Amino acid sequence: MDSTITLTVDGERRELTVDTRTTLLDALRDRLGVYAPKKGCDHGQCGSCTVLMEDRRVLACLSLAVAHDGARVTTAAGLGDGDELHPVAGAFLDEDAFQCGYCTPGQICSAVGMLSEVASGWLSHVTEDPEGPVEATDAEIRERMSGNLCRCGAYPHIVAAIRRAAP
Amino acid sequence: MIGTEGSGAVGAPMERIEGRAKVTGTAPYAYEHDFPDPLHVHPVLSTVPRGRVRSVDVSAAQGLTGVRATLTAPDVAGTVGAEDREFAVLQDGEVFFRGQIVAAVVADTPEIARQAATLVRVDYEVDDHEVELPPARRELYRPEEVNTGAEADTARGDADAVLADSTVRIDRTYRTPREYNNPMEPHCSIAVWETDPERLVLYDSTQGVHVVRRTLAEVLGLDAERIRVISPHVGGGFGSKGSPHAHNVLVVLAARALPGRAVKLALTRRQMFSLVGYRPNTIQRIRIGAEEDGRIGALVHDVVETSSLAKEYAEQSGVCSRMMYTARARRTTHRLAALDVPIPFWMRAPGEAPGMFALETAMDELAYACGLDPIELRLRNEPGRDPESGLPWSGRHLARCLRQGAERFGWDTRPELPRGHRDGDWWVGTGVASAVYPRLTLPGSEAEIVLERDGSHTVSIGAADIGTGTWTALTQIAADALGCGPDRVRLRIGDSRLPTASVAGGSSGISSWGSAVVAAARAFRDAHGDRPAPGARSRAETPENPEREEYAMYSFGSQFAEVRVNADTGEVRVPRILGVFSAGRIINPRTARSQLTGGMVMGLSMALHEEGVVDPRFGHVVNGDLAGYHVAANADVGRVEAEWLDEVDPHVNALGAAGVGEIGIVGTAAAIANAAFHATGVRVRDLPLTPDRFLG
Ligand code: FES
Ligand code: FES
Repeated sequence: MDSTITLTVDGERRELTVDTRTTLLDALRDRLGVYAPKKGCDHGQCGSCTVLMEDRRVLACLSLAVAHDGARVTTAAGLGDGDELHPVAGAFLDEDAFQCGYCTPGQICSAVGMLSEVASGWLSHVTEDPEGPVEATDAEIRERMSGNLCRCGAYPHIVAAIRRAAP
Repeated sequence: MIGTEGSGAVGAPMERIEGRAKVTGTAPYAYEHDFPDPLHVHPVLSTVPRGRVRSVDVSAAQGLTGVRATLTAPDVAGTVGAEDREFAVLQDGEVFFRGQIVAAVVADTPEIARQAATLVRVDYEVDDHEVELPPARRELYRPEEVNTGAEADTARGDADAVLADSTVRIDRTYRTPREYNNPMEPHCSIAVWETDPERLVLYDSTQGVHVVRRTLAEVLGLDAERIRVISPHVGGGFGSKGSPHAHNVLVVLAARALPGRAVKLALTRRQMFSLVGYRPNTIQRIRIGAEEDGRIGALVHDVVETSSLAKEYAEQSGVCSRMMYTARARRTTHRLAALDVPIPFWMRAPGEAPGMFALETAMDELAYACGLDPIELRLRNEPGRDPESGLPWSGRHLARCLRQGAERFGWDTRPELPRGHRDGDWWVGTGVASAVYPRLTLPGSEAEIVLERDGSHTVSIGAADIGTGTWTALTQIAADALGCGPDRVRLRIGDSRLPTASVAGGSSGISSWGSAVVAAARAFRDAHGDRPAPGARSRAETPENPEREEYAMYSFGSQFAEVRVNADTGEVRVPRILGVFSAGRIINPRTARSQLTGGMVMGLSMALHEEGVVDPRFGHVVNGDLAGYHVAANADVGRVEAEWLDEVDPHVNALGAAGVGEIGIVGTAAAIANAAFHATGVRVRDLPLTPDRFLG
């Protein structure tokens, strides 16, 4: 069964027809040709498909496109300001926080979402003082970024990049 | 030698050329090349480990709107060469392992293709199967040779006699499980088949466009000139993309059935566990005979490992024991079990990774048995020449790596005895291991240089960047060789139309392709002088290196680990690992550091997490996805540091450089296991180091 929906992707309004089974990830990649979100597992196990919806990080492979009619989606391709890289993307470049680059757009979207979660005081498993302000320490970054696998093993550089980009 | 005269690009920490495209997600990987209305093929995999397909019923699948074709053996048998069982896709009904391609569906959308694939009914005649090592009912055999072409067995001196006479003896068996490459980008291809004349274009996620072209030409019986393979960016491979696999043949069969249409194939993560190779599980018995002062007299390394009945793969797990340490008597053997399992293949440092886990754990056991510091034990067994070939080393700097590492790591502060340091709930220990990897150069690469009108040079070679930094490193090498800035070099790689390149494997890329680029630059200067005209063009191949006959060429390293083991739960944490490597000249310190630390992280993952668990009843991997087969996540990894010696290997190639893609994983698991022993007094000889090993 097909449905027609609209999505605003990286600032651009797009109308598309999807199978009701189509995931948001396949809608972006196979229907709209937006390939910044990657497919690593299609099962919510790797984080490669991470995009932002209203500043929250979302696994596009676990979201059905029809359930997000009208949503605003930001991918790694739309994070920056024109030619200007988003500070997190810039820090990934500076720290060489990637190798093959396949997990990278997901890592960067996840990092942006994660930093705003920290700024909003969301707790994590490693937060020491639930009462105090939450800070983007290395331990917090590692914990909160563990939904994004990197088989190239760029984790130490990913942590350094996020630390550098953290406000 | 290059780098002394040029623009100073070699050795500079240049940012990745394709970095901006990668951090914005706009670098196109194989699946991401756009075609109007592409079709999608979804394979149907066997659900029995051994037998024959009796019949396939595709009627329900064909009844689904949007299905364009179904592929079964009766449809396509006889259309591809069947000698190599891996590529004999749908050529007969024979089933060699669970997860083999037995049918496929092509449809308008991925959803329809996938649904239709579930509607295909396959009926089997089932045979008995054997999937476990060691096999109960199947003979082990000695392969003709092991991967890399080395001999299966070697012997020098009477190892048994020397063992019997030795004062200190180690006789232990180590096991490594099946491990899966799991690059983050699944293996993907897009095929377009044109008729009249027949032509195939394949966008593929591969470590070698020319390897794919050559293999497919053979399998399809098609002239290589009619095949073009394109692969500008590759989302990791670690060996699994070093050869085409069955799915490449399938996507071509699908495209051939629907000429003119682009057909896309993206393997699912689960399908990768049976179709793209894995590191076979090994059982390794190591015997060492030594004197009380630690000097080794005899070393025996016997390997038993999994291969597939469909196609032989012989991991060279024992070769490291032929050259690492002195011993006047020595024996190494490899025995295979040809099982009803998927075909194993290269995974990062095939041979060295599992082999050095066993050898370096055994060395640690020997150190304790002799009452020696593990570093001192290794220093006492340093061979002056390669024990295997008798040749001098082009540069053996293991001792320096061990000493420098010990100093940086703070080795001398460790308690001498195991179980000597407890911090709250945690036992704390440190461990060390050596690393080694051959300095390989593959023949047959060629580079071309053309001077453009704007004064820049186009440098072309069909090389691959699988995250290794090839785009950047070859640009740096070309800049220095041409005596211009890197901004005056335009590199082209990843297309079989470009001059031939060897596969990105065996850490050989930088040496093989880099040497070809240097040779092409020399030819360019010779032919066109100092003032070449636009359009000037030269080509050259990787030169032969006569010094290969005169020197044994290896990279070495030391790996140090700090490990904490929870006294109550057995949880193992690795707050810190350090590697010091000798790898010749480093072309780009920024990307080299990433490769080395990345290899160490994969080694940590091998030590703590990775194990493909096979159900002996059905022959499948029970944990065949990224939830069940855990690879190290961010929170599993602590401080990871890599350093290297300031070194140039004058014999290895014109660059004095060796690749660093693999040595980072070698020895890491042993260093961690040795540290876990130092922490707890519990010796784990079977990977991975799961918590249960430290309890009870
Ligand atoms: S592709 Fe969505 S989590 Fe892996
Ligand atoms: S950069 Fe390759 S998987 Fe992360």
